[in-house]
Amino acid sequence: MNQTQFETRHGARWLSFDAALKGLRRRGEAREEAARDWPREYRQLTHDLALAKSRAYSPELVDRLNLLALRGHQRLYGARGNLLAGMIEFIGGGFPALVRRESLVVWIACALLFIPMFGMIALLQHAPEWVHYFLAPDQLRSYEQMYSPANRSLGPRHNADSQLMMFGYYIWNNVKIDFQCFAGGLLFGLGSIFYMLYNGIQIGAVAGYLTQQGYITTFWGFVAGHSSWELIGAALSGAAGLKMGWALVAPGQMTRVYALKQAAVPAVRLLYGAAGMTFCAAFVEAFWSSISSTPFAVKITVGLVFWALFLAYFLFAGRGRDAH
Amino acid sequence: MLDTLRRVPTPEGIELTLRLAGPVPRAYAFIVDLMIRGMIMLVIVQILAFAGRSGTGLFLIAYFAIEWFYPVLFELFWNGATPGKRAFSLMVVNDNGTPVTVGASIIRNMLRAVDFLPMLWAFGLLSMLFTRDFKRLGDLAAGTVVVYRDKPRRAGTMAQAAPRAPEYALTLAERRAVLDFAERHALLTEERADEVAAHAAPLVGKAREPAQVLLGIASHYGR
Repeated sequence: MNQTQFETRHGARWLSFDAALKGLRRRGEAREEAARDWPREYRQLTHDLALAKSRAYSPELVDRLNLLALRGHQRLYGARGNLLAGMIEFIGGGFPALVRRESLVVWIACALLFIPMFGMIALLQHAPEWVHYFLAPDQLRSYEQMYSPANRSLGPRHNADSQLMMFGYYIWNNVKIDFQCFAGGLLFGLGSIFYMLYNGIQIGAVAGYLTQQGYITTFWGFVAGHSSWELIGAALSGAAGLKMGWALVAPGQMTRVYALKQAAVPAVRLLYGAAGMTFCAAFVEAFWSSISSTPFAVKITVGLVFWALFLAYFLFAGRGRDAH
Repeated sequence: MLDTLRRVPTPEGIELTLRLAGPVPRAYAFIVDLMIRGMIMLVIVQILAFAGRSGTGLFLIAYFAIEWFYPVLFELFWNGATPGKRAFSLMVVNDNGTPVTVGASIIRNMLRAVDFLPMLWAFGLLSMLFTRDFKRLGDLAAGTVVVYRDKPRRAGTMAQAAPRAPEYALTLAERRAVLDFAERHALLTEERADEVAAHAAPLVGKAREPAQVLLGIASHYGR
């Protein structure tokens, strides 16, 4: 059969396949009409394409069939889930279950963040002058100003209408740190390790210095509320980065690229969760932590309650679904 | 010609062909997107200028959202293409040719941060140059490729010539190359067409007008 015969015999079918593809995008009856015979028509089309290729019909015809088949392929195999239902399932159990499944990298990330942090706090209580190795003088001065007990409102800046501004700033800054910790994982994990240690040391240096200066109520009162959201978020995004980094360092039986692809899926799910927590942290920080009229005891209690809730959430939520 | 194609086997036992996009069209698309994002931010700044400090906060939130979610939303809900990509007929698809998934789109766009390193998308460019399918690091991790969105070609663009049987049977790939040449003949000057055709030395021999010989063979195999 030559090409012209082939085209006259099957051309009408290709046109109707094209029309059905368009019909599938509509709703209601038109869609059902189009969907009825569609998979069979698609298989027929793939057959035509294979024939056209093996008989070396003109490139124009082969390309045309290839394009049709590609659109059919995308339609048939391009599954897309329900975004909202997925999110609810994730928060309701998928996220903590994932954190437990990846507990090794999570623990390592926590160690990389929290050990330097508490180490710095402890160190600066005994040797306050060491702070100069880690923070510049003008940084110290601005931190002192922010948390000076003489301030009416706490935290960076203190204008009544600045809450929304600080909300924006916190989101930008904190989620950026999360992304750095995560994306650094692609450099064989070294970037993640660096950013985790760096942030642990920085946070520890500021906290240690201000504690040693005696700004306990102002500083700890300010950070208590959002500390759990923010620090756990940072640790989990670092864990996600380490997960990818480890896949590159030790891919096992797979090629490095394939191992990375496999690791990227849980890693990015960890990152969603972490970024969501950091986003909430910014909210708490701007609208709760900055209120100076709340008593110190209440602020600390709320902070501790958040920590306890998160601990329970990551330990127990979604246990039932671990099985599958 | 053939090395920028990616073949995707499907469960029906056939191979689909994707045409991959290289760094240059992707850079153009990126620049267009950058300008669009810039214009959106300019408009937002004008509006928020009246809102004072709260405006600064809203600006930062908007900047954050646009910076990170502009590509994701367009890739998911506008057939795999941001406006810049659409302008250059590009689209993002999964490695297997299906529309990009939520997870993959988020991965490839979050990892733009790494592709940017150490400066001006150096890692991304190097990665594109050294991988088989022009993948930047984000594409590698997400399992996506950027391909041309093909438009149906106009039929009947093949140059006409008297059919002429070749002296020996051609393989499929060779036939395809000859037919491709015939389709593109109209875009070349006559001198250039002869020059290109002369490379097919075993076919055209020492003919005075090698292009005409190839066109003849093409119409022998064509219709």
